[in-house]
Amino acid sequence: MNIKPLAPRSDFPLLAGDPKLRYLDSAATTQKPQAVLDAISGYYERDNANPHRGAYTLSAAATEAYQTARDSIARFLGASDPDTLIFTRGTTESLNLLATAWGHANVKKGDRIVVTRLEHHANFVPWQQLALATGAEFRICELTAEGEIDLAKLSELVTKNTKVVAFGHVSNALGTVNPVADIAAIAHRAGALAVCDGAQGAPHLTVGFDSLGVDAYAFSGHKMLGPMGIGGLIAKRDLLESMPPYQMGGDMIALVGDAATTWNVLPHKFEAGTPNVEGAVGLAAAVGYLQALGMDRVHSHESALVRYATERLSTVEDVTLLGPPAARRGGLVSFTLRDVHPHDLSQLLDAESIAVRAGHHCAQPLMRALGVNATTRASFYVYNDSSDVDALVSAVARVRERFTAAV
Amino acid sequence: MTGPMSADLEELYQSIILDHNRRPQNFRTIPDASAHADGLNPMCGDQFTVWLKMNGDVVEDVSFQGSGCAISKASASLMTQAVKGKTRAEAEKLFDSFHGLVTGHSGGEDLGRLKAFSGVSRFPLRVKCATLAWHAMRSALDDAAKGPASSPPEPQA
Repeated sequence: MNIKPLAPRSDFPLLAGDPKLRYLDSAATTQKPQAVLDAISGYYERDNANPHRGAYTLSAAATEAYQTARDSIARFLGASDPDTLIFTRGTTESLNLLATAWGHANVKKGDRIVVTRLEHHANFVPWQQLALATGAEFRICELTAEGEIDLAKLSELVTKNTKVVAFGHVSNALGTVNPVADIAAIAHRAGALAVCDGAQGAPHLTVGFDSLGVDAYAFSGHKMLGPMGIGGLIAKRDLLESMPPYQMGGDMIALVGDAATTWNVLPHKFEAGTPNVEGAVGLAAAVGYLQALGMDRVHSHESALVRYATERLSTVEDVTLLGPPAARRGGLVSFTLRDVHPHDLSQLLDAESIAVRAGHHCAQPLMRALGVNATTRASFYVYNDSSDVDALVSAVARVRERFTAAV
Repeated sequence: MTGPMSADLEELYQSIILDHNRRPQNFRTIPDASAHADGLNPMCGDQFTVWLKMNGDVVEDVSFQGSGCAISKASASLMTQAVKGKTRAEAEKLFDSFHGLVTGHSGGEDLGRLKAFSGVSRFPLRVKCATLAWHAMRSALDDAAKGPASSPPEPQA
């Protein structure tokens, strides 16, 4: 099998500078192309000032750079109204924004909040804590044997008093790609909000927010070639307009009186303080890079690598692959090696310059249900190729030999 | 292992560590324990419980159960062997020596077979693994000292 990289390693300074590195942890964070680094330094070299503040030319340039970035990122995610894209630090802040601002205004005792067993802590803990604070009931939808959301169980759980159904687009721990439209339809039948954690969706799939069916979609820039510290929340305009603000400060106000304050329009109402213009500009460059590759090609490249990795890994004795079949999973494989803890495995793989994630993947409720403490996860992106898979598989086989040879 | 393996890693994964990982000693509960305590590593989810049975000031029996990586499990196993029969003060001193060894602050001359963990000091991320059961043991020692009907361990994380 020879699957070539979709994007040349030479576009990525870190990968170009470390030719031996097999970077298989893109689900945690991706490497950055030169185009993104150039966009960030270019912003500081040419356009840097505080946006929305001064009347001078430079402040206007910064405002323009920030707004242009918002427009192109919204377009990339299929949102026709760019003002409904709120910039945040990333998925975690986006989901906290919703659970806090919308949650405390709309959820009360006797209501129900539904999440799934697949969720990352970022889409689990804020809702669990909202339930604890309001007295609402917190319910977790269990999975099928293959690690997919059980839609029949979900339909039963989402009762008339359910206010929100929060679920991931793609599971970061198992790679499961969830049927977003079906889940949103179940939520909407009960009049509940459908909230989608897109941290592992936006980097790999065409999102198409306008026709996706959900009310809100959260994502992180650094998992899609962009810088850390920038991400966003896209939501329906009426939802954002009806919600109280999340943080108070500069930029988010219209008029501050001695006794009361009115809020600015979208998106500013949810962006208190000096924004992360550098991050937005960098993420816009990342989105441009992905668009040039083509998201369909990004997805088929990852699918080919995942198919190849699952085939090869399943030939290694004592390896157990977790999650759904390769055809229904995103760009990662999660597995265990019998009698070898993932931490030991990843430490030994690191000695061969193979970077994988070992641990609970911020999904302890899922790990408990699977009956494992931790798994090893290899995740792929545009710069990976089949030789990365080959290196991983033979190294895993060698670690197995070493651990079972010990008497 | 036929592939490349650095000297540091060879030292980290010595055969005594791999042996105790595969066949941990004192891997059981003690029903009439004087105290027990949990050790949890929230970063990786590894979790051990350590049981202690004291006879006056002496550790008459010590055991552990739970799950974790080879470093944490082997460390727990070798710890139970080292601590059994020691006085409370001797066990505390072993803790300090072991901690010094894995953090690279001392040579651990008094540690005997536990010196196998000297390689940990070159992998700072693994210090928590090597000391997980030790912290639980020390907190069980404290509990046992507080009185016969010790309170259950505080939930962590």
